[in-house]
Amino acid sequence: MKRNPLTLVAARPELSFQVTFDGTPLDALSGQTIAAVLWSAGITAWRTTRVDARPRGVFCGIGVCFDCLVTVNGVPNQSACLVPARPGDAITTQRGDGHGSV
Amino acid sequence: MVIGAGMTGAACAWYAARAGLRVAVLDRGAVAGGTTGAGEGNLLVSDKEPGPELDLALLSTRLWREIAEDAEFGSQLEYEAKGGLVVAAKPEGLAALEALATEQRRSGVVAESVPENALSELEPQIARGLAGGVYYPQDAQVQPARAAALLIRDARRRGATLHTGTTVTALTRDASGAVTGVVTDRGTVRASWVLNAAGTWGGDVAQLAGAHLPVMPRRGFVLVTEPLPRLIRHKVYAADYVANVASGSAALQSSAVIEGTAAGPVLIGASRERVGFDRTFSLEVARLLARRAIELFPALAQVKAMRSYLGFRPYLPDHLPAIGPDPRAPGLLHACGHEGAGIGLAPATGHLITQILTGKSPDLDLTPFRPERFETGSPA
Repeated sequence: MKRNPLTLVAARPELSFQVTFDGTPLDALSGQTIAAVLWSAGITAWRTTRVDARPRGVFCGIGVCFDCLVTVNGVPNQSACLVPARPGDAITTQRGDGHGSV
Repeated sequence: MVIGAGMTGAACAWYAARAGLRVAVLDRGAVAGGTTGAGEGNLLVSDKEPGPELDLALLSTRLWREIAEDAEFGSQLEYEAKGGLVVAAKPEGLAALEALATEQRRSGVVAESVPENALSELEPQIARGLAGGVYYPQDAQVQPARAAALLIRDARRRGATLHTGTTVTALTRDASGAVTGVVTDRGTVRASWVLNAAGTWGGDVAQLAGAHLPVMPRRGFVLVTEPLPRLIRHKVYAADYVANVASGSAALQSSAVIEGTAAGPVLIGASRERVGFDRTFSLEVARLLARRAIELFPALAQVKAMRSYLGFRPYLPDHLPAIGPDPRAPGLLHACGHEGAGIGLAPATGHLITQILTGKSPDLDLTPFRPERFETGSPA
Protein backbone atom coordinates (compact mmCIF):
# COMPACT_ATOMS: atom_id res chain seq x y z
CA MET A 1 0.00 0.00 0.00
CA LYS A 2 1.21 3.47 -0.88
CA ARG A 3 2.30 5.37 2.23
CA ASN A 4 0.63 8.68 2.89
CA PRO A 5 0.29 10.92 5.95
CA LEU A 6 -3.04 9.34 6.90
CA THR A 7 -1.62 5.84 7.16
CA LEU A 8 1.58 7.07 8.82
CA VAL A 9 -0.30 8.49 11.79
CA ALA A 10 -3.15 5.94 11.62
CA ALA A 11 -5.62 8.80 11.23
CA ARG A 12 -9.33 8.14 11.17
CA PRO A 13 -10.89 11.35 9.82
CA GLU A 14 -14.45 11.86 10.96
CA LEU A 15 -15.95 13.18 7.77
CA SER A 16 -15.41 13.12 4.09
CA PHE A 17 -17.27 15.52 1.88
CA GLN A 18 -17.10 17.21 -1.49
CA VAL A 19 -15.95 20.61 -2.65
CA THR A 20 -15.60 21.88 -6.20
CA PHE A 21 -12.62 23.32 -8.04
CA ASP A 22 -13.63 25.34 -11.09
CA GLY A 23 -16.83 23.28 -11.06
CA THR A 24 -15.21 19.84 -10.80
CA PRO A 25 -16.18 17.88 -7.64
CA LEU A 26 -13.26 16.88 -5.40
CA ASP A 27 -13.17 14.65 -2.30
CA ALA A 28 -12.09 16.34 0.92
CA LEU A 29 -11.52 15.20 4.50
CA SER A 30 -12.44 17.11 7.62
CA GLY A 31 -9.50 19.18 8.79
CA GLN A 32 -7.79 19.39 5.41
CA THR A 33 -6.83 22.81 4.16
CA ILE A 34 -7.91 23.93 0.71
CA ALA A 35 -4.32 23.40 -0.45
CA ALA A 36 -4.29 19.84 0.91
CA VAL A 37 -7.52 19.03 -0.91
CA LEU A 38 -6.19 20.41 -4.17
CA TRP A 39 -2.82 18.67 -3.84
CA SER A 40 -4.58 15.37 -2.99
CA ALA A 41 -6.38 15.73 -6.31
CA GLY A 42 -3.11 16.35 -8.12
CA ILE A 43 -3.78 20.07 -8.63
CA THR A 44 -0.71 22.22 -7.92
CA ALA A 45 -1.62 25.60 -9.43
CA TRP A 46 -4.76 27.66 -8.73
CA ARG A 47 -3.77 31.26 -9.22
CA THR A 48 -2.21 33.29 -12.03
CA THR A 49 0.17 36.14 -11.30
CA ARG A 50 -0.91 39.74 -11.72
CA VAL A 51 1.62 40.84 -14.33
CA ASP A 52 2.57 37.81 -16.43
CA ALA A 53 -0.32 35.43 -15.65
CA ARG A 54 2.06 32.71 -14.52
CA PRO A 55 0.73 29.73 -12.51
CA ARG A 56 1.05 29.71 -8.71
CA GLY A 57 0.24 27.25 -5.92
CA VAL A 58 1.75 26.43 -2.53
CA PHE A 59 5.22 27.79 -1.91
CA CYS A 60 5.84 28.04 1.85
CA GLY A 61 2.80 26.11 2.99
CA ILE A 62 2.73 27.83 6.38
CA GLY A 63 0.93 31.12 5.77
CA VAL A 64 3.97 33.33 5.32
CA CYS A 65 4.53 33.88 1.62
CA PHE A 66 1.01 34.54 0.22
CA ASP A 67 1.81 32.67 -2.98
CA CYS A 68 -1.10 30.22 -2.60
CA LEU A 69 -3.92 32.78 -2.71
CA VAL A 70 -7.17 31.44 -4.13
CA THR A 71 -10.81 32.41 -4.46
CA VAL A 72 -13.18 30.48 -2.19
CA ASN A 73 -16.94 30.99 -2.46
CA GLY A 74 -16.34 34.17 -4.41
CA VAL A 75 -13.95 35.73 -1.89
CA PRO A 76 -10.48 36.25 -3.40
CA ASN A 77 -7.07 36.21 -1.73
CA GLN A 78 -7.66 33.38 0.74
CA SER A 79 -4.49 31.56 1.82
CA ALA A 80 -5.13 28.01 0.56
CA CYS A 81 -2.54 26.62 2.96
CA LEU A 82 -4.37 27.97 6.02
CA VAL A 83 -8.10 27.98 5.21
CA PRO A 84 -9.83 24.69 6.09
CA ALA A 85 -12.06 23.12 3.44
CA ARG A 86 -15.76 23.02 4.30
CA PRO A 87 -18.50 20.91 2.73
CA GLY A 88 -19.69 22.44 -0.53
CA ASP A 89 -16.90 25.02 -0.86
CA ALA A 90 -16.69 26.41 -4.39
CA ILE A 91 -12.97 26.92 -5.02
CA THR A 92 -12.08 28.80 -8.19
CA THR A 93 -8.86 29.72 -9.96
CA GLN A 94 -7.89 33.26 -9.04
CA ARG A 95 -6.75 35.46 -11.89
CA GLY A 96 -4.47 38.33 -10.87
CA ASP A 97 -5.64 40.15 -7.77
CA GLY A 98 -8.98 38.35 -7.94
CA HIS A 99 -10.98 41.56 -8.02
CA GLY A 100 -11.60 41.59 -11.75
CA SER A 101 -11.04 44.80 -13.66
CA VAL A 102 -12.39 47.57 -11.46
CA MET B 1 34.91 51.67 6.30
CA VAL B 2 31.14 51.84 6.47
CA ILE B 3 29.39 50.12 9.40
CA GLY B 4 25.87 49.29 8.26
CA ALA B 5 24.51 47.97 4.95
CA GLY B 6 21.15 49.70 5.13
CA MET B 7 20.02 52.48 2.84
CA THR B 8 22.25 55.12 4.46
CA GLY B 9 25.38 52.94 4.47
CA ALA B 10 24.66 51.92 0.88
CA ALA B 11 24.31 55.53 -0.29
CA CYS B 12 27.47 56.61 1.57
CA ALA B 13 29.41 53.67 0.09
CA TRP B 14 28.13 54.45 -3.40
CA TYR B 15 29.01 58.15 -3.37
CA ALA B 16 32.39 57.42 -1.78
CA ALA B 17 33.21 54.69 -4.31
CA ARG B 18 32.18 56.99 -7.16
CA ALA B 19 34.58 59.61 -5.77
CA GLY B 20 37.37 57.06 -6.06
CA LEU B 21 37.70 56.15 -2.37
CA ARG B 22 38.47 52.59 -1.27
CA VAL B 23 35.34 51.43 0.54
CA ALA B 24 34.45 48.42 2.68
CA VAL B 25 30.88 47.92 3.96
CA LEU B 26 30.34 45.80 7.09
CA ASP B 27 27.06 44.62 8.55
CA ARG B 28 26.41 42.15 11.33
CA GLY B 29 23.31 41.03 9.42
CA ALA B 30 22.31 41.27 5.78
CA VAL B 31 21.96 44.12 3.30
CA ALA B 32 18.78 46.06 4.24
CA GLY B 33 18.26 43.68 7.18
CA GLY B 34 17.26 46.36 9.68
CA THR B 35 15.06 49.43 9.35
CA THR B 36 15.60 49.75 5.59
CA GLY B 37 13.79 46.48 4.99
CA ALA B 38 10.95 47.40 7.32
CA GLY B 39 9.81 50.70 5.82
CA GLU B 40 7.78 51.91 2.89
CA GLY B 41 10.51 53.67 0.93
CA ASN B 42 9.08 57.15 1.17
CA LEU B 43 10.97 60.08 -0.29
CA LEU B 44 9.05 62.97 1.25
CA VAL B 45 9.36 66.70 1.42
CA SER B 46 5.72 67.19 2.41
CA ASP B 47 6.05 66.08 6.04
CA LYS B 48 9.00 68.31 6.88
CA GLU B 49 8.84 71.67 8.54
CA PRO B 50 11.15 74.34 7.09
CA GLY B 51 14.64 73.98 8.52
CA PRO B 52 17.72 71.81 8.16
CA GLU B 53 15.83 68.54 7.60
CA LEU B 54 13.74 70.03 4.78
CA ASP B 55 16.90 71.42 3.14
CA LEU B 56 18.41 67.94 3.36
CA ALA B 57 15.22 66.42 1.91
CA LEU B 58 15.14 68.85 -1.01
CA LEU B 59 18.77 68.08 -1.86
CA SER B 60 17.95 64.38 -1.58
CA THR B 61 14.90 64.69 -3.83
CA ARG B 62 17.14 65.99 -6.62
CA LEU B 63 19.76 63.31 -6.01
CA TRP B 64 17.15 60.51 -5.98
CA ARG B 65 15.88 61.70 -9.34
CA GLU B 66 19.45 61.58 -10.70
CA ILE B 67 19.90 58.05 -9.35
CA ALA B 68 16.57 56.97 -10.82
CA GLU B 69 17.57 58.38 -14.21
CA ASP B 70 20.91 56.50 -14.10
CA ALA B 71 20.70 53.80 -16.76
CA GLU B 72 22.64 51.53 -14.41
CA PHE B 73 19.57 51.10 -12.22
CA GLY B 74 16.77 51.58 -14.70
CA SER B 75 13.39 50.55 -13.39
CA GLN B 76 14.88 48.18 -10.82
CA LEU B 77 14.66 50.77 -8.05
CA GLU B 78 10.88 50.86 -8.46
CA TYR B 79 11.23 54.65 -8.23
CA GLU B 80 7.81 56.20 -8.59
CA ALA B 81 7.24 59.96 -8.59
CA LYS B 82 3.72 59.41 -7.35
CA GLY B 83 3.25 62.66 -5.45
CA GLY B 84 1.85 63.09 -1.97
CA LEU B 85 -1.61 64.29 -1.00
CA VAL B 86 -2.05 65.55 2.55
CA VAL B 87 -5.65 65.93 3.64
CA ALA B 88 -7.34 67.63 6.59
CA ALA B 89 -10.67 66.49 7.98
CA LYS B 90 -11.61 69.79 9.65
CA PRO B 91 -11.22 73.48 8.69
CA GLU B 92 -8.81 74.12 11.63
CA GLY B 93 -6.59 71.30 10.41
CA LEU B 94 -6.68 72.66 6.88
CA ALA B 95 -5.70 76.14 8.07
CA ALA B 96 -2.67 74.68 9.86
CA LEU B 97 -1.81 72.60 6.79
CA GLU B 98 -2.05 75.64 4.50
CA ALA B 99 0.15 77.65 6.89
CA LEU B 100 2.77 74.88 6.79
CA ALA B 101 2.55 74.72 2.99
CA THR B 102 3.10 78.48 2.75
CA GLU B 103 6.29 78.16 4.82
CA GLN B 104 7.43 75.15 2.81
CA ARG B 105 6.96 76.99 -0.50
CA ARG B 106 9.42 79.64 0.73
CA SER B 107 12.00 76.85 1.10
CA GLY B 108 11.47 75.58 -2.42
CA VAL B 109 8.77 72.96 -1.93
CA VAL B 110 6.11 72.67 -4.63
CA ALA B 111 2.77 72.58 -2.81
CA GLU B 112 -0.59 72.94 -4.55
CA SER B 113 -3.73 73.66 -2.53
CA VAL B 114 -6.55 71.25 -3.34
CA PRO B 115 -10.07 72.38 -2.48
CA GLU B 116 -12.49 69.78 -1.15
CA ASN B 117 -14.37 69.40 -4.41
CA ALA B 118 -11.12 68.66 -6.29
CA LEU B 119 -9.86 65.93 -3.95
CA SER B 120 -11.78 63.23 -5.76
CA GLU B 121 -10.15 64.20 -9.07
CA LEU B 122 -6.80 63.21 -7.54
CA GLU B 123 -8.17 60.31 -5.50
CA PRO B 124 -11.55 59.04 -6.71
CA GLN B 125 -12.06 56.74 -3.71
CA ILE B 126 -11.29 59.31 -0.99
CA ALA B 127 -13.89 59.97 1.71
CA ARG B 128 -16.35 62.78 1.09
CA GLY B 129 -16.71 65.66 3.54
CA LEU B 130 -13.03 66.36 4.19
CA ALA B 131 -12.02 70.02 4.53
CA GLY B 132 -9.39 69.94 1.77
CA GLY B 133 -5.77 69.19 1.17
CA VAL B 134 -2.40 70.06 -0.29
CA TYR B 135 -0.74 68.16 -3.15
CA TYR B 136 3.06 67.73 -3.15
CA PRO B 137 4.28 66.54 -6.57
CA GLN B 138 7.90 66.14 -5.36
CA ASP B 139 7.00 63.26 -3.00
CA ALA B 140 8.16 59.96 -4.42
CA GLN B 141 8.87 56.37 -3.49
CA VAL B 142 11.46 53.64 -4.04
CA GLN B 143 11.60 49.99 -3.05
CA PRO B 144 14.14 50.51 -0.26
CA ALA B 145 15.66 47.04 0.05
CA ARG B 146 16.23 46.93 -3.70
CA ALA B 147 17.63 50.45 -3.70
CA ALA B 148 20.18 49.62 -0.99
CA ALA B 149 21.18 46.39 -2.73
CA LEU B 150 21.54 48.09 -6.12
CA LEU B 151 23.70 50.92 -4.77
CA ILE B 152 25.93 48.44 -2.93
CA ARG B 153 26.21 46.28 -6.05
CA ASP B 154 27.25 49.29 -8.10
CA ALA B 155 29.71 50.38 -5.40
CA ARG B 156 31.26 46.89 -5.54
CA ARG B 157 31.59 47.21 -9.30
CA ARG B 158 33.63 50.32 -8.52
CA GLY B 159 35.91 48.41 -6.15
CA ALA B 160 34.06 48.47 -2.82
CA THR B 161 33.89 45.29 -0.73
CA LEU B 162 30.90 43.99 1.24
CA HIS B 163 31.16 41.92 4.42
CA THR B 164 27.80 40.80 5.76
CA GLY B 165 27.49 38.64 8.86
CA THR B 166 30.39 40.61 10.33
CA THR B 167 29.94 42.25 13.72
CA VAL B 168 32.05 45.20 14.81
CA THR B 169 33.03 44.62 18.42
CA ALA B 170 35.50 47.47 19.03
CA LEU B 171 37.26 50.38 17.40
CA THR B 172 41.05 50.59 17.33
CA ARG B 173 42.57 53.92 18.44
CA ASP B 174 46.06 55.33 18.33
CA ALA B 175 47.89 57.08 21.17
CA SER B 176 46.20 60.38 20.34
CA GLY B 177 42.76 58.77 20.53
CA ALA B 178 42.14 58.80 16.77
CA VAL B 179 40.14 55.91 15.36
CA THR B 180 42.35 53.73 13.14
CA GLY B 181 40.07 50.82 12.30
CA VAL B 182 37.61 48.27 13.60
CA VAL B 183 37.80 44.96 15.41
CA THR B 184 35.24 42.47 14.14
CA ASP B 185 34.34 38.90 15.05
CA ARG B 186 36.22 37.94 11.88
CA GLY B 187 39.38 39.98 12.33
CA THR B 188 40.74 43.50 12.61
CA VAL B 189 40.59 45.93 9.72
CA ARG B 190 42.46 49.21 9.47
CA ALA B 191 40.73 52.25 7.99
CA SER B 192 41.49 55.94 7.65
CA TRP B 193 37.85 56.70 8.25
CA VAL B 194 35.13 54.72 10.05
CA LEU B 195 31.56 55.71 9.26
CA ASN B 196 28.77 54.81 11.66
CA ALA B 197 25.75 54.08 9.44
CA ALA B 198 24.24 51.61 11.90
CA GLY B 199 20.82 53.28 11.92
CA THR B 200 18.78 52.43 15.00
CA TRP B 201 21.86 50.72 16.47
CA GLY B 202 24.08 53.76 15.80
CA GLY B 203 24.19 54.66 19.49
CA ASP B 204 25.90 51.33 20.23
CA VAL B 205 28.56 51.95 17.58
CA ALA B 206 29.17 55.47 18.94
CA GLN B 207 29.52 53.94 22.39
CA LEU B 208 32.43 51.82 21.11
CA ALA B 209 34.26 55.15 20.84
CA GLY B 210 32.94 56.28 24.21
CA ALA B 211 30.81 58.85 22.41
CA HIS B 212 27.27 59.58 23.55
CA LEU B 213 24.72 59.47 20.70
CA PRO B 214 21.22 58.74 22.05
CA VAL B 215 19.63 56.93 19.08
CA MET B 216 16.44 55.23 20.31
CA PRO B 217 14.08 52.86 18.53
CA ARG B 218 10.67 54.28 17.58
CA ARG B 219 8.47 51.39 16.55
CA GLY B 220 6.12 51.49 13.59
CA PHE B 221 3.70 48.99 12.10
CA VAL B 222 2.58 48.73 8.49
CA LEU B 223 -0.56 46.83 7.53
CA VAL B 224 -0.53 45.16 4.11
CA THR B 225 -3.81 44.50 2.34
CA GLU B 226 -4.65 41.84 -0.18
CA PRO B 227 -3.64 42.81 -3.74
CA LEU B 228 -6.13 45.21 -5.30
CA PRO B 229 -6.69 46.96 -8.59
CA ARG B 230 -5.29 50.52 -8.47
CA LEU B 231 -7.49 52.03 -5.77
CA ILE B 232 -5.12 54.65 -4.38
CA ARG B 233 -2.98 56.72 -6.74
CA HIS B 234 -0.77 58.84 -4.51
CA LYS B 235 0.69 58.69 -1.11
CA VAL B 236 -2.23 60.01 0.94
CA TYR B 237 -1.95 60.97 4.54
CA ALA B 238 -3.76 62.90 7.22
CA ALA B 239 -2.45 66.32 8.18
CA ASP B 240 -1.96 65.28 11.81
CA TYR B 241 0.86 62.97 10.65
CA VAL B 242 3.26 65.92 10.62
CA ALA B 243 2.51 66.63 14.28
CA ASN B 244 2.89 62.91 15.12
CA VAL B 245 6.31 62.80 13.52
CA ALA B 246 7.44 65.93 15.35
CA SER B 247 6.21 64.70 18.73
CA GLY B 248 8.71 63.56 21.34
CA SER B 249 6.22 61.45 23.25
CA ALA B 250 6.95 57.79 23.90
CA ALA B 251 3.23 56.95 23.85
CA LEU B 252 1.47 55.44 20.86
CA GLN B 253 0.64 57.90 18.09
CA SER B 254 -1.04 57.10 14.87
CA SER B 255 -2.31 58.85 11.80
CA ALA B 256 -3.39 57.49 8.45
CA VAL B 257 -0.67 57.14 5.82
CA ILE B 258 -1.95 55.14 2.87
CA GLU B 259 -0.60 54.22 -0.52
CA GLY B 260 -1.05 51.72 -3.27
CA THR B 261 1.93 49.79 -4.62
CA ALA B 262 2.85 48.69 -8.12
CA ALA B 263 2.43 45.07 -7.00
CA GLY B 264 -1.18 45.57 -5.84
CA PRO B 265 -1.30 45.55 -2.04
CA VAL B 266 -2.11 48.81 -0.24
CA LEU B 267 0.27 49.78 2.56
CA ILE B 268 -1.29 51.33 5.65
CA GLY B 269 0.70 53.18 8.30
CA ALA B 270 1.70 54.88 10.41
CA SER B 271 2.23 54.33 14.08
CA ARG B 272 4.93 55.60 16.34
CA GLU B 273 5.74 54.42 19.85
CA ARG B 274 8.86 54.05 21.94
CA VAL B 275 8.77 50.57 23.42
CA GLY B 276 12.40 49.51 23.03
CA PHE B 277 13.04 46.70 20.54
CA ASP B 278 9.80 44.86 21.34
CA ARG B 279 8.78 42.91 18.21
CA THR B 280 5.44 41.69 19.58
CA PHE B 281 2.49 42.13 17.23
CA SER B 282 0.04 44.71 18.60
CA LEU B 283 -3.64 44.15 17.77
CA GLU B 284 -4.36 47.58 19.28
CA VAL B 285 -2.09 49.28 16.76
CA ALA B 286 -3.36 47.18 13.84
CA ARG B 287 -6.97 48.09 14.68
CA LEU B 288 -6.13 51.76 14.97
CA LEU B 289 -4.33 51.79 11.62
CA ALA B 290 -7.23 50.00 9.94
CA ARG B 291 -9.81 52.36 11.44
CA ARG B 292 -7.92 55.49 10.40
CA ALA B 293 -7.41 54.12 6.89
CA ILE B 294 -11.12 53.38 6.45
CA GLU B 295 -11.92 56.93 7.57
CA LEU B 296 -9.92 58.23 4.61
CA PHE B 297 -10.82 55.49 2.12
CA PRO B 298 -14.19 53.95 3.00
CA ALA B 299 -13.76 51.31 0.26
CA LEU B 300 -11.00 49.74 2.36
CA ALA B 301 -13.66 48.48 4.79
CA GLN B 302 -14.36 45.65 2.32
CA VAL B 303 -10.68 44.77 1.93
CA LYS B 304 -8.75 42.13 3.83
CA ALA B 305 -5.49 43.02 5.59
CA MET B 306 -3.24 40.04 4.93
CA ARG B 307 -0.28 40.75 7.13
CA SER B 308 1.65 43.40 8.98
CA TYR B 309 5.29 44.15 9.53
CA LEU B 310 7.12 46.38 11.95
CA GLY B 311 10.38 48.20 12.20
CA PHE B 312 12.33 50.49 14.45
CA ARG B 313 13.04 54.01 13.29
CA PRO B 314 16.30 55.48 14.57
CA TYR B 315 15.03 58.34 16.69
CA LEU B 316 17.18 61.18 18.02
CA PRO B 317 15.56 63.53 20.54
CA ASP B 318 15.60 66.57 18.21
CA HIS B 319 14.38 64.53 15.19
CA LEU B 320 17.47 65.41 13.18
CA PRO B 321 20.05 62.87 12.00
CA ALA B 322 23.68 62.86 13.07
CA ILE B 323 25.79 63.58 9.99
CA GLY B 324 29.47 64.44 10.06
CA PRO B 325 32.78 63.88 11.83
CA ASP B 326 32.87 63.23 15.56
CA PRO B 327 35.31 65.62 17.27
CA ARG B 328 35.37 63.27 20.28
CA ALA B 329 36.94 60.51 18.16
CA PRO B 330 38.90 61.79 15.16
CA GLY B 331 38.53 59.43 12.21
CA LEU B 332 34.99 58.49 13.19
CA LEU B 333 32.02 59.94 11.32
CA HIS B 334 28.33 59.39 11.83
CA ALA B 335 25.46 59.08 9.37
CA CYS B 336 22.58 57.72 11.39
CA GLY B 337 19.46 58.70 13.34
CA HIS B 338 17.31 59.68 10.33
CA GLU B 339 14.18 58.39 12.11
CA GLY B 340 11.46 57.62 9.56
CA ALA B 341 13.05 59.59 6.74
CA GLY B 342 16.24 57.61 6.15
CA ILE B 343 15.41 56.31 2.69
CA GLY B 344 14.54 59.78 1.50
CA LEU B 345 17.56 61.43 3.11
CA ALA B 346 20.11 58.76 2.16
CA PRO B 347 21.54 60.24 -1.08
CA ALA B 348 22.05 63.69 0.43
CA THR B 349 23.68 62.05 3.44
CA GLY B 350 26.00 59.99 1.25
CA HIS B 351 26.81 62.98 -0.92
CA LEU B 352 27.63 65.25 2.05
CA ILE B 353 29.69 62.57 3.85
CA THR B 354 31.68 62.02 0.66
CA GLN B 355 32.30 65.76 0.33
CA ILE B 356 33.77 65.69 3.84
CA LEU B 357 35.88 62.61 3.10
CA THR B 358 37.29 64.19 -0.04
CA GLY B 359 38.09 67.50 1.65
CA LYS B 360 35.39 69.49 -0.10
CA SER B 361 33.12 72.01 1.52
CA PRO B 362 29.70 70.36 2.08
CA ASP B 363 26.77 71.73 0.04
CA LEU B 364 24.76 72.19 3.25
CA ASP B 365 25.71 73.57 6.65
CA LEU B 366 26.10 70.46 8.82
CA THR B 367 26.05 72.33 12.15
CA PRO B 368 22.47 71.27 13.02
CA PHE B 369 23.46 67.62 12.44
CA ARG B 370 26.70 67.58 14.43
CA PRO B 371 26.90 64.29 16.31
CA GLU B 372 28.26 65.70 19.58
CA ARG B 373 25.23 67.96 20.14
CA PHE B 374 23.71 65.67 22.78
CA GLU B 375 26.70 65.83 25.16
CA THR B 376 25.71 67.29 28.51
CA GLY B 377 26.54 70.97 28.52
CA SER B 378 26.44 71.21 24.72
CA PRO B 379 23.89 73.67 23.40
CA ALA B 380 21.16 71.73 21.60
